[in-house]
Amino acid sequence: MFYRRYRNPAMFREMQRLQREMGRLFSAVEGRGQGPTSYPAINIWAGEDSAVMVAELPGVQPDDMDVRVVGDTLTLSGSRAAPEIGEGASYHRRERSFGRFSRTLQLPFKVEAGRVDAEFQKGILKIHLPRAESDKPRKISVKSSS
Amino acid sequence: MADQQIMDVEKEEATQLEDTERTRDRRVYVARADIYETDEAIVVLADVPGADENSVDITIEKNVLTIYAEVEPEQPGEHSLIYQEFDVGDYERSFVLSNQVDRSKIEATVKDGVLRLYLPKMPEAQARKISVRAG
Repeated sequence: MFYRRYRNPAMFREMQRLQREMGRLFSAVEGRGQGPTSYPAINIWAGEDSAVMVAELPGVQPDDMDVRVVGDTLTLSGSRAAPEIGEGASYHRRERSFGRFSRTLQLPFKVEAGRVDAEFQKGILKIHLPRAESDKPRKISVKSSS
Repeated sequence: MADQQIMDVEKEEATQLEDTERTRDRRVYVARADIYETDEAIVVLADVPGADENSVDITIEKNVLTIYAEVEPEQPGEHSLIYQEFDVGDYERSFVLSNQVDRSKIEATVKDGVLRLYLPKMPEAQARKISVRAG
């Protein structure tokens, strides 16, 4: 029997909607967090006075990365070069992606741009983002007026 | 950006054999790999961010080459994770080697989270260029 997909489009829309909903439900159970939206995937750790952004960028040269911080906005951009395989070589498999990337993130607080520190080790980029003095919460002591 | 292309972000979890469990409670991901062949060798490039030369294990059993990279999860200082897009875990990948590969001369290096495996071909398997003369 020949199965016609588009005979009843409304039914398929409903099925697709259900499938999407199930997918979301299961991904929430697995606890993978938000799920990456664009390259590279990013994790952010934060404390009272600083935050650390971590990204996996295997094979990217530090010279090809660009980190910019303005206020509470962090922009990470760069490019990942394709491997040089030389003439006459042929690919069996190509799974690693390459090309340009750019991500802009909003941080939980304003950052002291002058003290931002980025390190790249074992293909992992870590950016230490100290909180701006002006943005830190101030404790106000309450005096009694009597 | 005009020349921006779609780059894969999501990590793929490695599958396990049926009815087996890993001894350690840690996620294991498939290391993304590029494999290319030249006249002299087959080269494997695998992404293993967080692993270095001391934490990568390469084993050959029969004709199966297995890469296992251990990645230690770390917590920076007293910080807590407030936003997460990826999980940290080990990497694994296995490939079946053809008989062309000279098993005794395999070389492996790790740099910036990329494992490079150089699998030289047996001399008799190397492509030979035959010059054609006019008759």
